[in-house]
Amino acid sequence: MTGRRLDASRSPGHGIDRSRPLILTLGEDTVRGFAGDTVASAAIAGGSIVCGPSLYRARPRGILTAGIEEPNALLHLEPTAPGTPAESMLPATTLEATDGMRARWLQGMGVLDPLGDEEVYEHHHVHTDVLVIGAGPAGLAAAREAARSGARTMLLDEQSMLGGSLLSGRHERIEDRPALDWVAEVAAEFDAAEETRVLRRTTAIGAYDANFVVAVERCERDAEPRPGVPRQRIWHLRAREVVLATGAHERPLVFADNDRPGIMLAGAVRSYLNRWAVAPGERVVVATTNDAPYALVEDLVEAGIEVAAVVDARPAPSERAAAVLAASGVQARHGAAVVGTDADGEGVLSGVVVADLDADGAPSAETTGIAADLLAISGGHSPVLHLHTQRQGPVAWSDRAGGFVPTGAVAHQQVVGAAAGLPSLADALETGARAGQAAAAATGWETALQLPTAPAEPTGAVRPLWLLPDPRLPEGEPLDPERWRNHLVDLQRDQSVADILRATGAGMRSVEHIKRYTSISTASDQGKTSAVAAVGAIATLLAQQEGSTADLSAVGVPRHRPPYSPVAFAALAGRRRRELFDPVRVTNIHPWHVDQGAVFEDVGQWKRPRFYPQALPGGGVEDMDAAVARECLAVRGGVGMQDVSTLGKIEIRGADAPEFLNRVYTNGFAKLAVGKGRYGLMCTADGMLFDDGVTLRIAPDRYLMTTTTGGAAKVLDWLEEWLQTEWPELDVVLTSVTEHWNTIAVAGPRSREVIAQVAPELDVSQEGFGFMEFRATTLANGIPARICRISFSGELSFEVNVENFHGQAAWELIRTAGEAAGITPYGTETMHVLRAEKGLVIIGQDTDGTVTPQDAGMEWAVSTFKDFIGKRSFSRPDTSRSDRKQFVGLQPLDGRTRVEEGTHVIAPDTPMTPEAGPVPHLGHITSSYHSATLGHPIALGLVSGGFDRIGEQVRAVLEDGSLLEMEIVPSVFYDPDGSRRDG
Amino acid sequence: MLLIDCPHCGPRDEVEFHYGGEARVAYPADPHAVDDRAWAEFLFFRANPAGEFTERWQHSAGCRKWFHALRDTRSYEVLATAALGRPLPGERGADAAGTSTDAAGTTTDGAGA
Repeated sequence: MTGRRLDASRSPGHGIDRSRPLILTLGEDTVRGFAGDTVASAAIAGGSIVCGPSLYRARPRGILTAGIEEPNALLHLEPTAPGTPAESMLPATTLEATDGMRARWLQGMGVLDPLGDEEVYEHHHVHTDVLVIGAGPAGLAAAREAARSGARTMLLDEQSMLGGSLLSGRHERIEDRPALDWVAEVAAEFDAAEETRVLRRTTAIGAYDANFVVAVERCERDAEPRPGVPRQRIWHLRAREVVLATGAHERPLVFADNDRPGIMLAGAVRSYLNRWAVAPGERVVVATTNDAPYALVEDLVEAGIEVAAVVDARPAPSERAAAVLAASGVQARHGAAVVGTDADGEGVLSGVVVADLDADGAPSAETTGIAADLLAISGGHSPVLHLHTQRQGPVAWSDRAGGFVPTGAVAHQQVVGAAAGLPSLADALETGARAGQAAAAATGWETALQLPTAPAEPTGAVRPLWLLPDPRLPEGEPLDPERWRNHLVDLQRDQSVADILRATGAGMRSVEHIKRYTSISTASDQGKTSAVAAVGAIATLLAQQEGSTADLSAVGVPRHRPPYSPVAFAALAGRRRRELFDPVRVTNIHPWHVDQGAVFEDVGQWKRPRFYPQALPGGGVEDMDAAVARECLAVRGGVGMQDVSTLGKIEIRGADAPEFLNRVYTNGFAKLAVGKGRYGLMCTADGMLFDDGVTLRIAPDRYLMTTTTGGAAKVLDWLEEWLQTEWPELDVVLTSVTEHWNTIAVAGPRSREVIAQVAPELDVSQEGFGFMEFRATTLANGIPARICRISFSGELSFEVNVENFHGQAAWELIRTAGEAAGITPYGTETMHVLRAEKGLVIIGQDTDGTVTPQDAGMEWAVSTFKDFIGKRSFSRPDTSRSDRKQFVGLQPLDGRTRVEEGTHVIAPDTPMTPEAGPVPHLGHITSSYHSATLGHPIALGLVSGGFDRIGEQVRAVLEDGSLLEMEIVPSVFYDPDGSRRDG
Repeated sequence: MLLIDCPHCGPRDEVEFHYGGEARVAYPADPHAVDDRAWAEFLFFRANPAGEFTERWQHSAGCRKWFHALRDTRSYEVLATAALGRPLPGERGADAAGTSTDAAGTTTDGAGA
């Protein structure tokens, strides 16, 4: 293998700038290249086509392609600048070489940079009239027509340069001038037009409903660093019309030892030769099934590189083949195929083995050897239709095109050029221009069509070759997998025809099954070179088994799914990482909680203090159990304070507000007096508990509803839905005011004396300020406040509401006023223990959408006088079952074991043996705490028929498999008479 | 991602919307007047056609209005949208005035879970 750079007299080298040399390190080697090189082109120019060996079988491998379809030549790239991540699994064939770059070959597998990725990635959202994907001749023609019309047009291409396949050519002409001059003119005209945009190094990775296309732009590969530009951009493109000019990928041929270094796709050889001025070999054999590689033959001869032979599967030369062979004098074998290869000691190609084919495509036993250091292969071309099939666009096999082509259109999307199975330049230009004009016209921008012209070329037929047995093997069972192990189909996955034979031998017929059984087409190249080869092999094998002719359309192609090519998770995340991943909501009092060393828990998006660990006298700080025990005892024995500002708050106004609340709450609110509040339950129409909270009546037509912290948004949604869709005649207006108020709970037997100091104008006596009443007042520091008597702990308790601007001042006021009483800030964990001691349900913790108010023991809050959402469901047979799970208390008999929430409970006599089968469960624990007040653990749970089981024993199945005896008790553990509520 | 034409705000990305299931499922005028079967069908039974389907959507990250959409469940194409109380173009079997409103109670397993 003797790759080398050609001088300008032998190759145009469109893609490189010979005035800008660069040096990169590839493994142990120093490689010289030019600006515009890929790592692959630089490596070949440096003399080596060999890359890392294959993933599983460690077979020597070389650079196969010149693009994104590369299965072999994968790189690990060291950070290109301090702070940038190392990258893995980058195809050398697409990675642009830069000076100082350090890379090494991988054996088919890489690792993510363990240091993470601190680079900036961004998302852009744009709308366009016409989106053209692919800037080859078809795409440029489409973009030019669309732009001329005045339509807003975007053009994407994954390459750094526009031109697509034209970059690989040599003498192509468009509109009577060299094709790349035409490309430059079109690019200039497009840039000059208003409302146009070109994105280079930008790959469309997914197409979604309504012409939503996602693309990734690799800004970090730009030659000139641009300050302020992110490393990569994800483009969210919404186009009224899409033109897919995505070209085609050449397919390898499947024969024995078809994966050696020195075997390269014919189109790739031409790209290296003309775009990068690199000769990947000195003595070339071209093996083909179609006309495309004859352009390569012409270019090789012109560049002075020996073409040892052309091996063409078609029995007679096509018009194009005959012309090229006559002009060049290159020897050709028609009706023949390469059936094997020879290698040197390093496993690199040294020769090819050729056999004649019979009419059925079977090779003759007699073979010929031809020495060569490069085998250029073309098994046909597969239109790149990922963005078409992702939208359920239909495809079918076309014998004429020798590939799967579109057989129907996706709405507002067109496929043109080679992607439509039309390989000729003239066809690409015409279909592209027509599509661009039509797309613009469909968005209301008309223009007269100006067809770019190119000389017509004859395109001969294709003779696909799917299964080429090795005629040099001794006689044997033709489909013995051992005879096919070195006929590679998926080079990245190291899967061969033998693997397909095992899959079809196991009875599989569907390409989707075989794909998963063999893993063909599931590697990071997503089968760009292997999928159709596998389909051809499968169809041929099935036809042989069934005595029919191969039908590729019946086998079908594996469904394409986004992304078209690998994309970094960091790019998909964009700015939405760490603190920007999800909004964090905090109350105005939050800084105080932080200062006090609170441990927080997430409740929805809110950060709520869970407990406030205190320093221990002997050093260290309290753990959660110690802190919660201290906080609980402080509330029960003195006074505590909690920031409960996160509770959802919805203001409900309008003449029909009383009637509306009567319909959505299970209990009555129409007759609630102004100045009073009431605890209410909401159910869904199926009768299941949905949310709860206290609602205050501020005025005859004005209520303030509170919801659970996590339920605020869904309750507002729910209320709006009923008002808009069922009861639009009601005069009701809803406003979310959660953020407008800070609320501080002051709870405990000494709370009254604290509130008396905080609100000197307020009569806080039991006679003057009853339970579930509220008062407007002014606090001692002049802040207007609304104070309610609400209790979620069973203790005498007040809630102080102030406008959120004053939250921290009110908090400080209460804390100072409560100092003498030893006021103790407490968190959500203490709140949970206190409410559990009182048997108060937390919707969403003790309930799960299958619990009715009756199941929860709250029939007292269900009106029998009025109708409300869900009431009808209480008389359904299912909600009347006697074995429904009901809300009860549970206590461990040992008096000390605290069970995990979620623990299942079973009847005491339940056998737990494999012979007895599944263990019927009675219910589960929903809440479980240690009660410092009671001195033992308590639990709440849902137990089948629980109300009638009070006093009975059950067993809890603990995590370690052991059983804990528990007694079912009433859910109210503490102060069942409610005597502490009024102090 | 669908592009949905909010009758009040114009075309917007699907992420701005909240799906509300089958439309024209009326909440019974008197739930207590219907038998258990009819009530259960109201609660739990919804059509699931392959083809045109009249649905409820809410522009939850926009104007917050509920509206009707006619969508083809095979192609996902949104064929038409209309404000509540307005005729939905192309809808088959709709009453001519297009005045029917529909139920909010579409959960099948207890909303709020």
